Amino acid sequence: MRLRLVPRLKPSPVALYGAPVLAIALTVTFGFFLFLGIGRDPWAALYAYFIAPVNSAFGLSEWLLAALPLALIGLGLAVGFRANIWNIGAEGQLVLGAIGGGAVALALWREDVPGTFVLVCVAGALAGMAWAAIPALLRTKFNANEILTSLMLIYVADQLLGWLVHGALRNPQGFGFPESRLFSPEAVMPLLWPGTRLHIGWLALPVAALAVWFLMNHMVAGFRLRVGGDAANAATYAGFSRSRMVWLSFLLTGGLAGLVGAMEVAGPVGQLLPKISPGYGFAAIIVAFLGRLNPVGVVLAAHLLALILIGGENVQMLGVPVAVAQLFQGVLLVTLLASDVLVRYRVVRVGRLGERARG
Amino acid sequence: MIDSALMIAILVSAMRTATPLILAALGELVVEKAGCVNLGVEGMMLVGAVTGFAVGLTTGNFALAFMVGALAGAGFSLIYGVLVLVFQVNQYAAGLALTILGGGASAFWGQTWQGRNMRGLQPVELPVLSELPVIGVMFTRLDVVVYMALAATVIVGLILTRTRVGLILRAVGENHDSAHALGFSVVKVRFAAIAFGGAFAGMGGAYLSCVMTPLWIEGMTAGRGWIAVALVVFATWKPARLVLGAWLFGLVSVMQIHGQGLGLAVPSHVLAMLPYLVTILVLVLISRDATRIRLNAPGCLGKPFRPTA
Amino acid sequence: MNARIPPSSDDAKGNTRPARLRVSGVSKQYPGCLANDDVSLDVRAGEILALLGENGAGKSTLIKVIYGLVAPDSGMIEIDGKARAITSPAAARAAGIGVVFQHFSLFESLTVAENIALGLDDAARRRDLPRRIRDIGERYGLVIDPDRVVADLSVGEQQRVEIVRVLLQDPSILIFDEPTSVLTPQAILGLFETLNQLRREGRAVIFISHKLEEIRTLCDRATVLRGGRVVGTVPVAGASVNDLARMMIGQEMPALGAGSAGQGGPVQLAAHNLSLEPANPHGTALDRLEMRARGGEILGIAGIAGNGQEELLAALSGERLTRTAGAVTLAGQAVGRLGPGARRKLGLGFVPGERLGRGAVPPMSLAENGFLTAHWRVPLTWRWVISTRKRNAFADRVIDEFRVATRSQSTAAQALSGGNLQRFIVGREILSDPRALVVAYPTWGVDVAAVAAIHAALVALRDKGAAVVVMSEDLDELLSLSDCVAVLYRGQLSAPIPRDQCTRENLGLLMSGAAPLDTARTPAQGDVDAA
Repeated sequence: MRLRLVPRLKPSPVALYGAPVLAIALTVTFGFFLFLGIGRDPWAALYAYFIAPVNSAFGLSEWLLAALPLALIGLGLAVGFRANIWNIGAEGQLVLGAIGGGAVALALWREDVPGTFVLVCVAGALAGMAWAAIPALLRTKFNANEILTSLMLIYVADQLLGWLVHGALRNPQGFGFPESRLFSPEAVMPLLWPGTRLHIGWLALPVAALAVWFLMNHMVAGFRLRVGGDAANAATYAGFSRSRMVWLSFLLTGGLAGLVGAMEVAGPVGQLLPKISPGYGFAAIIVAFLGRLNPVGVVLAAHLLALILIGGENVQMLGVPVAVAQLFQGVLLVTLLASDVLVRYRVVRVGRLGERARG
Repeated sequence: MIDSALMIAILVSAMRTATPLILAALGELVVEKAGCVNLGVEGMMLVGAVTGFAVGLTTGNFALAFMVGALAGAGFSLIYGVLVLVFQVNQYAAGLALTILGGGASAFWGQTWQGRNMRGLQPVELPVLSELPVIGVMFTRLDVVVYMALAATVIVGLILTRTRVGLILRAVGENHDSAHALGFSVVKVRFAAIAFGGAFAGMGGAYLSCVMTPLWIEGMTAGRGWIAVALVVFATWKPARLVLGAWLFGLVSVMQIHGQGLGLAVPSHVLAMLPYLVTILVLVLISRDATRIRLNAPGCLGKPFRPTA
Repeated sequence: MNARIPPSSDDAKGNTRPARLRVSGVSKQYPGCLANDDVSLDVRAGEILALLGENGAGKSTLIKVIYGLVAPDSGMIEIDGKARAITSPAAARAAGIGVVFQHFSLFESLTVAENIALGLDDAARRRDLPRRIRDIGERYGLVIDPDRVVADLSVGEQQRVEIVRVLLQDPSILIFDEPTSVLTPQAILGLFETLNQLRREGRAVIFISHKLEEIRTLCDRATVLRGGRVVGTVPVAGASVNDLARMMIGQEMPALGAGSAGQGGPVQLAAHNLSLEPANPHGTALDRLEMRARGGEILGIAGIAGNGQEELLAALSGERLTRTAGAVTLAGQAVGRLGPGARRKLGLGFVPGERLGRGAVPPMSLAENGFLTAHWRVPLTWRWVISTRKRNAFADRVIDEFRVATRSQSTAAQALSGGNLQRFIVGREILSDPRALVVAYPTWGVDVAAVAAIHAALVALRDKGAAVVVMSEDLDELLSLSDCVAVLYRGQLSAPIPRDQCTRENLGLLMSGAAPLDTARTPAQGDVDAA
């Protein structure tokens, strides 16, 4: 017996939403055998990974806090990916958002201006957009591959942050440590849930999800992006400017990533450090795919990926390398892409009929 | 005036820095000639680096370390092959998945090897060239892999242009429907090319961890896999230009080490940005000429192959 | 067709040789379509068998089965009376089968010799290839330079490369898939010479076409396919064109054509001194091209593929901008620097050659595909927000008025047959109420009923006073539909020739460059008053 893929006449909706579930199941199964393989009790390890971290009110708030950046960036990426525009550099745009927001916070560290945190967020979003504008410009003016340019800019952004916290923005009273001053209380995000670290930035999540949903489903611009992704030639034919699509999706993602960066430094962190993000920009790529490029899906997927990140920290107690989180992310993305085949194809058994015909 | 000892030191480290790029980019060039863009070079290099290092450290045998690194890279690349060729996954997405998975897997299993040191590969002395005045000393300081990478470039170039295997590979990348109609197995040819690309990326990674550093550090490729992908575009799919590009990157990269010696008053963070900025710059310069890219790019590059059978 | 080559004496009738190739009971099921249903045919040595059928009748699938590209669900292939397992093209070639495909299986960036070498499995045959290419070329009148890059060849020359590649394997069975669709009338005669010589040499030839006159000229017998089944096999000598047509479409041929000639009104769409570099490095530049399409008139544009068609369509539609605004005018307004959307707002419609993936977005619904271009001119939005109700109503109107066979406007475009989708696209453009409509290859790959409907719709649009520009490679279509025909050759367009002065021969000479183009660079008489 052989298996063969036969294209479906139209995509299967069951498979479309079933594929992520299958991928998650496969990833957890992989985790089970991985923990078994390295000599841990797999049930205990899975519990420590996926349940224990969110088994308390504080844990829950930390979960929401970690999901926020993933969801916001994932929403932006979903818009671009829908149009086949590949901004892989959200991590760099996040860092620039942190720098931009941090610079404003530090400039105002002595002033008692109420609501400084709003300025910090705006500055972060603008800085993220500016950083995202570079690959957009290079794509639209010089035809340079946006994947490579946006990715290279991540490394540049990291070095830029490193340079600043070692130099211009270093805390003068910080004994030479590469970190900035602590921000003033006005520059720090107010808390949404007292007693936890969850701040009011979380409110941006439902707003952004709703906005992206409306853009993609009801607005002409969203329609154009979808046409651009489904059939680029049809978009050219219909007169939809590719450049505008590139700009729109890069500025949107850059703005959201920059906002995330600013909210990270003005939220849980409270100062600029040489490393801001535990790879939110990359994990958000998986979030976008896992969420089917659909706002509700992205929000759900962000919470799963957040759990993978937090769980990875938690199982360190069992002596499991923290890199397990990135390993799980990779496995999840690979199994998801593989499961996606079921959306467009049916798997059929090739019986004797096919062989007889060759006789 | 730069003294010649410093110049030689710069050239030697530039050529060594270029070697993993040449290896990885040469592999990617073959993959792209067959019509696939594999953005997983970074992940494959990391897998090659960690496995090569593990073998090199435990056995002390460099040849074995390289072979295992190549095999690991090739085996790992088959994940991309299956996703793209069997499951019809978008090539960019599959490549990204490979990079993320490779980063995670190498970091996970590399934990054991983190921070351990191994003895580097001894340089070889080239008979005639090392007698040359001034630059001759350079040919006493380079290791054998540097030369092997250059030889591989020449051999791959000849295979692509002068042999039937190369002709079939180019044909599959140029027009997979025609190749299919003539009866060539597009899928088999591409699997072979992808595995070749994986093997060379793996060797590039092994060189990095076993010879250049020589240590294993999590995420040690630091974007070199991506630079290798960019180099293929820069080289407009021609092996000879690829070497020139890699040397250019080598020179720019070693500025960070030799910046002080050269008396450059630039912070090291800024010097560290240079290779990435230069990558962007050359990409822009080469991509501006869209006609040139189209004339040289394989016709079916990045397009999904769906046989109508 | 005027010139006719008589079949050579020994095979006109009574070829009683045994079948060289026999196909029996071939069936192939694709998702949603039974492409071949118990198909049987045979072809003898020294015979040309016509394989006749409409688009979608199953001809291509059958060829792929015979050539080992598609594994059938059932059926058998015999060569010289012996059953052969043809599981790959290499096995087919080893069994003596050669195929000249309609869409050439050539590699553009490779040379002629490299292309031919790729098709030769036997290393011995690849030795000394350039000389052998020249020898075969001389023997069959297919002269070709082995060192040239295929992309630089004309379509006719590319076909020669295909044929030479097949002949170098010395096959006993040759299959030609729609070989005349890309050739001028004169070049078709040359091809027929080659085919006749192959017949004289005792080879078995299958000639695939839907052009009945060609089959009557060339072939000995015809096997007719309809809806994946064999309708019958008849000797060509005894059958009239009407008989063959009835067998092919299962009913009387619908009347095609424009009916009465259109009344030329003011110029609606024009190109003046239009030069444009090709987007593709191997394309053809437009060279100071002149074109005038009047309201109430259908202007046909004839030409062999690769003479600037893509560039002209892109320049007219606005997908590519011209250097000066005045190079393209729409209703007297210079639009050369305006994109497709702005031109659509001013009243330009465009039906592209490629339906799925250009004219329509395959996975999107008909409602969204209607919106795709119509929203520029038809009010379907409220500011930047799409009105779902208006959008759906527009698609319903197109489906209703142009008789698109579909369950609803929520059906995906890719689920429609070629003819139905073309009805929808043409309908969408016409209901956007254009002043000028440019239509590329309107009936390529479309069933006969849809051809009739599409032609009627274009004529109705013309009669309402719009200018219609039809680009086609099918001379018969242009001659029946257009009020005047202009020929595109090497990036220049001839002055329009009124229909009553057009013949296949004079157009063919212009298309091949054998007759000089009167390009109307200086306004011809009668154009001045309309401008």
